[in-house]
Amino acid sequence: MSDLMSFSEIDGSGAVLVAAQRRVMMVTLKAELSKATRAAIKKALGTPVPAARKIANGIAWMAPDELLIMVPQGDTPEAMIARLTAELKAPMLAVDVSDARAVFTLKGNKAREVLAKGAPVDLAPEAFTLGDFRRTRLGQVAVAFWLEADDEITLVCFASLKQFMFEWLVNAAQKGSMPEFL
Amino acid sequence: MLLLTCPYCGVMAEETEFHGGGEAHLTRHSDGSSDDAFTAYLFERKNPKGIVLERWRHVYGCGKWFHAARCAVTLEIFGTYSAQTFEPPAEIIAKIKAKRPEWEAKS
Repeated sequence: MSDLMSFSEIDGSGAVLVAAQRRVMMVTLKAELSKATRAAIKKALGTPVPAARKIANGIAWMAPDELLIMVPQGDTPEAMIARLTAELKAPMLAVDVSDARAVFTLKGNKAREVLAKGAPVDLAPEAFTLGDFRRTRLGQVAVAFWLEADDEITLVCFASLKQFMFEWLVNAAQKGSMPEFL
Repeated sequence: MLLLTCPYCGVMAEETEFHGGGEAHLTRHSDGSSDDAFTAYLFERKNPKGIVLERWRHVYGCGKWFHAARCAVTLEIFGTYSAQTFEPPAEIIAKIKAKRPEWEAKS
């Protein structure tokens, strides 16, 4: 978990620590992920494109033609978009979506239980593992999440739903309300 | 409850992660077609008690449209397949025929 200054809101009253991260820089890339395109992306970013439904080195596989790329420290979305645009020959679109997304951290060994309350996903430790990336719904909200560690989950949703999502997570994380299924 | 597998991203999820899009493999009648053909295209849908071929969208996931073959009575799913096709693939037809020999792909 990054330091406390990187969070805009934190709730530690529940069974799981729920924290809303401050602006996280990220870029969405839309392009047909052909072999040539994958090679070009690797050249532009220095890391390979992850396999389907996986996240690795800050690159998340969103769809067969879409990646979500976290902008690392010391880099900027503008520079990253410029590098991608220069390398990719096929039709593509790279957009800075930093202001369009809200990012949350769930910390605690019951983090899986909190998500399992609202997402139609098998979150058992053997079914959802480190490196897995899942786009789904949480309650009525379209989200994507992945594990940072065994007891830490990062969740992304649209920025317009940030406050609702935070309150939903705090509510779902209340002490004594864990289903204990996992 | 339906458990569908998205043929694009490979995720198997229950139906609330998807959204139904109605009958699949419609022939689009627009410019130059007769009023009857256009009316049929717009409004007339089969509603069989049995095998249905439907369009679905992985709305909370990868966002892609795909096709599914299932039974409207037993809710059994025979398979999902790409939307870039005018008719169900042979393997899907074979799977349906194995269980419902009387079913015809074009009926």
